[in-house]
Amino acid sequence: MKIVNQLIPIQFKLNGKTIETEVQAQQNIIELLNKLNLKGARESCGQGLCGACTVIVNNKAVSGCLEFAKSLDKTEVRTIEGLEINGALDPIQESFIETGAFQCGFCTPGFILMTEQLLNQNSNPTDDEIRHYLSGNLCRCAAYPEILKAVHLAAQKRASK
Amino acid sequence: MSDYPNSLKEVGQSFPRKEARHKVTGQTNYTHHIKLPGMLIGKIFRSTVAHGKIISIDTSQAKAYPGVFAVYTSEDIKTIIPDPYYGPAFLDQPILAINKVHFVGEPVAIVLAEDIHIAENAAQLITAEYEELPAVYDEIEAMSSDIVVHDELKPSGTFPDLKHLHGKKNTNIALDYHLKRGNTQAIFDSAEHVFEHTYHTQQVMHTPLEQMVSVADAHQDQVTIYTASQSPSFVRLEIARLLGMRENQIRVKVPHLGGGFGAKLYIKLEALVVATSLLTKRPVKISLTMEEQFYTITKHPTTFKIKSAVDKNGKILARRCDVWWNGGAYADIGPRVTQKSGFTAAGPYDIENVEIESYALYTNRPPSGALRGFGIPQLVWAYESHTDQIARALNIDPLEIRRKNILKEGRPQATGTIMKGAEIEKVLESVAAKIDWSKPFDKGTGTIRRGRGIAIAFKAAVAPTTSTAIVMINADGSCILSMSSVDMGQASDTSMAQIVAEVLNLNTVDIKVSQPDTDMTPYDMATLGSRSVYHMGKAVKLAAEDAKNKLEKMAQDLNLSKPYHFRDVFIKHYGMQAGSILGFGSFIPSYTPPDKKDGSTLNATPFWMVGGTGVEISIDTETGHITIDRLINVVDCGNPINPKIVDTQLSGAAIMQLGFSLTEKMNLDAGQVTNASFADYKIPGFNDIPLVIENEAIEAYQIDGPFGAKGVGESATFGVSPAIANAIEDAVGVRINELPMTPELIFNAMRKAQQKS
Repeated sequence: MKIVNQLIPIQFKLNGKTIETEVQAQQNIIELLNKLNLKGARESCGQGLCGACTVIVNNKAVSGCLEFAKSLDKTEVRTIEGLEINGALDPIQESFIETGAFQCGFCTPGFILMTEQLLNQNSNPTDDEIRHYLSGNLCRCAAYPEILKAVHLAAQKRASK
Repeated sequence: MSDYPNSLKEVGQSFPRKEARHKVTGQTNYTHHIKLPGMLIGKIFRSTVAHGKIISIDTSQAKAYPGVFAVYTSEDIKTIIPDPYYGPAFLDQPILAINKVHFVGEPVAIVLAEDIHIAENAAQLITAEYEELPAVYDEIEAMSSDIVVHDELKPSGTFPDLKHLHGKKNTNIALDYHLKRGNTQAIFDSAEHVFEHTYHTQQVMHTPLEQMVSVADAHQDQVTIYTASQSPSFVRLEIARLLGMRENQIRVKVPHLGGGFGAKLYIKLEALVVATSLLTKRPVKISLTMEEQFYTITKHPTTFKIKSAVDKNGKILARRCDVWWNGGAYADIGPRVTQKSGFTAAGPYDIENVEIESYALYTNRPPSGALRGFGIPQLVWAYESHTDQIARALNIDPLEIRRKNILKEGRPQATGTIMKGAEIEKVLESVAAKIDWSKPFDKGTGTIRRGRGIAIAFKAAVAPTTSTAIVMINADGSCILSMSSVDMGQASDTSMAQIVAEVLNLNTVDIKVSQPDTDMTPYDMATLGSRSVYHMGKAVKLAAEDAKNKLEKMAQDLNLSKPYHFRDVFIKHYGMQAGSILGFGSFIPSYTPPDKKDGSTLNATPFWMVGGTGVEISIDTETGHITIDRLINVVDCGNPINPKIVDTQLSGAAIMQLGFSLTEKMNLDAGQVTNASFADYKIPGFNDIPLVIENEAIEAYQIDGPFGAKGVGESATFGVSPAIANAIEDAVGVRINELPMTPELIFNAMRKAQQKS
């Protein structure tokens, strides 16, 4: 309990930029990202069960609320903020807008990052494959039917690029 | 200008949400992200007993913990707020527990520190000693129990029908609503058939993914609150009352919400952050964990005993409804739920003789309030299950019995209010047509059995409530809408902008909607009960028309002839690009409160919401596992302002209710919620949604709604649970009368039925 003030230096790449900072041992990834003024990954259930805290570490999706910030040392991190390039939205982001695949938007960054992971592995997923892959993300507004459409649309957009 | 759909250019379009880009890029500002210089974080120490006298609270270790700024109990709160009780209906809830605790999870003390981990660790060092008292958890027991949750009832004075409860002792009844129409007893005595069934609903939580969060920066003369609240105007009013300040000394700012569903209403964390900010002279933020949310506000568990007299043709002659609402330890808005839903407890049927008794009860559970339907889903669960049970007993088709009894336009409803603008029949017929009710249905073979069910329901809107809005036209012709409606995902910013754009002949995308800030945005009762599109929509339309009239008047005085750009009017009038035009709109519908004696009123609601559900299901008879193959949601929401957003609302509401129907339940052990996490409390995920979902907003027009629109956020929840129960009986011949309808429950019911036969 007395370790809260011990600071641990870490260095990692965040959306392509090198970050050097110090973190507390107890801090999780979301707390660090908030400190760095990134708002897209959010802690919700606090147990890695809802996906709202999804971030990509070394090309793999992780639950930011469960992983300590110190574990990011010498990694490459991508967040929702890294998807938009020079003001242009990623096709997945466009697809979520065009199909209206969210209401409150709190879970949306997590769904978009997981969709990217899915489409990187499977460029043309079926309904079942989408449901299965995104079953770790929860949307209390339940925009699931629209998210299903968004993923299909994103797959099309990627294919035609 | 005509209001009718065919002449409209902005209203009726499926524009994306105005804030869509922010939401897909992670830029949306939620209260979550508010950081103020010098801000302290609060962590709450909560009661571990359901009912008990506080003997002592030891905060010494927590205070001594390195980095802790302060630790407070109710004794400290009372030094700045002598009477620290709040609530919309009863002033029953203390900011921190005083003398007694009333439920497990009730806030007892708070630790403040700059670092959240320090606050968390220190909160665990607090200890409290209680003299445990016997507790009451069940709503029926609470009616007659010797165990009394509150020593004395303290109605807030806001609602006239609660005044008679002032100072009442030795009771847990926080409201009793009685309706009597015709003579039920005489009919029950003489009717050919009398059916009586009892149904139960469970306690569930809204679980918005953005947990409750509030920040206060409070000073002796000025208080600023940033909060994830659905009711900024109420927060201002209630905090001003608690502090003895004027409303203009309290500023409440609300950004977008990460979901609300009724959880973020009235006072939740606001009073605690304000009080601790005053005590510490520092800004204070409290954000709850998902677990803590289960100790804030929930949906009423209910028991509903319903009895009907029916003739041999299936015509319902009389109905008696006894409903007991488990309000938990604090009344919150429960008494309103009890009364408003009481109006329609007998269902959307034409019944001459009706008696309704509806009771709000205090128990030692976490408090209950509004959750997407304001009590209606609990009632529909009972009356639409009952409808099917009657139909089966009389061997009448479930659709036919509904057709035979349906409440038609122009007929009086149970309160005596004449039905107007409620397309109940049309919704029922559309559900029947979509589910191909008249065609043969594959009931399955072997271990997989299939069934289908329907349900139809209606709701009276909460009344009377006020909305106001300001539309400002700037000198360049651009336009800002200021209102205190909170966009929690339902897209009120977008639909209201569409109304402004329609009136002023502008583009929706160009209208700015300012976020609720009580210093800037005028009064709105709250964002609840599907009231915004109708109430705020009217206020917004009036404000836009007011601005338009002022602009046209100015143009006329300048001899400008149409068409002109708004900017030209300003330039000519002010000599340069300068000045502003303000349009104001205010709306409160008419309403007649129910008669004290018989509960009747000729004006129960400004508008009716109507929802119908149809489901097709499969049940694995070896496990009781249920699959929803097809879900049909049909509503009357008048003329949709934005059809795509309405569509998303319909499936969203229905899927949420699916969770309440099949998986969600707060389990309590001695008052302790034993599954307060997503690991054990299962909300619908991708694998739980029906394979086919069809939504329809039937063609309708609310004659006094803005461009014919009315509310829709709750309508698709109404019929889901009973439609599924009806489909279960159709599939496997067993009746489930409690929620959630788990595989275990279905399986056991099937085994029991087998043993009997």
